[in-house]
Amino acid sequence: MFRQASRLLSRSVSAAASSRSTTNRAFSTEVPSTIDSTFVESWKKVAPNMDPPQTPSSFMKPRPSTASSIPTKLTVNFVLPYASELSGKEVDMVIIPATTGQMGVLPGHVPTIAELKPGIMSVHEGTDIKKYFVSSGFAFLHANSVADIIAVEAVPLENIDASQVQKGLAEFTQKLASATTDLEKAEAQIGVEVHSAMNAALSG
Amino acid sequence: MASTAAVPFWRAAGMTYITYSNICANLVRNCLKEPFKAESISREKVHFSLSKWADGKPQKPVLRSDAPQV
Repeated sequence: MFRQASRLLSRSVSAAASSRSTTNRAFSTEVPSTIDSTFVESWKKVAPNMDPPQTPSSFMKPRPSTASSIPTKLTVNFVLPYASELSGKEVDMVIIPATTGQMGVLPGHVPTIAELKPGIMSVHEGTDIKKYFVSSGFAFLHANSVADIIAVEAVPLENIDASQVQKGLAEFTQKLASATTDLEKAEAQIGVEVHSAMNAALSG
Repeated sequence: MASTAAVPFWRAAGMTYITYSNICANLVRNCLKEPFKAESISREKVHFSLSKWADGKPQKPVLRSDAPQV
């Protein structure tokens, strides 16, 4: 889907300098610090009173550099829409409930974007383990061992009422059986999944 | 560029991710123990007034509020 972007970008830049060969660059991980001098010269010949146009990459901040050796700690930023639960906390490991299963994140993890499913997220710092039940969200793991985890709701397990969970599970299982339209089925399915996850979290 | 990736069941039923995520969050909030449940519900209250415009004049506003009408 983004394959066209590099072609369109390089096409607009090379319009004024047709003899220049453009390296086909998709999303570069390094922002070039040198501006293309051939282009600037050709531009000045054609339009000496106007500044050469900026390209999107000149507005980009360079990516934070990846350390050459794997850091010993993972920096976690865990945010909710209404609060910043953990901000720049250095930990040993986090286990996140990704849609592909429980994912353990250690420092030096390969850069990943993971969608989260309802489940337990645990933050391990030495012998301390802090668990949250996450309703859904995303986890962005960066190359420099920074993990940004965003969730809509995240509660400590002690705040969940087991009897409500059982009631909800029974209610949604019944709704799933009696659902007619696709949308009703989907909503009931979501209810069953979330309540089963909470149930498993409380008993596991 | 047709992609044949399997879509999640909620997207197949016409729901967007935001709707799905909000439903999950509401379900979790409903299962909280008492002081936390009341806090989270009061935090998520919405109150807005929407009015359509016709001929340069606002029509009757639609009021959406979780607070009782006083």
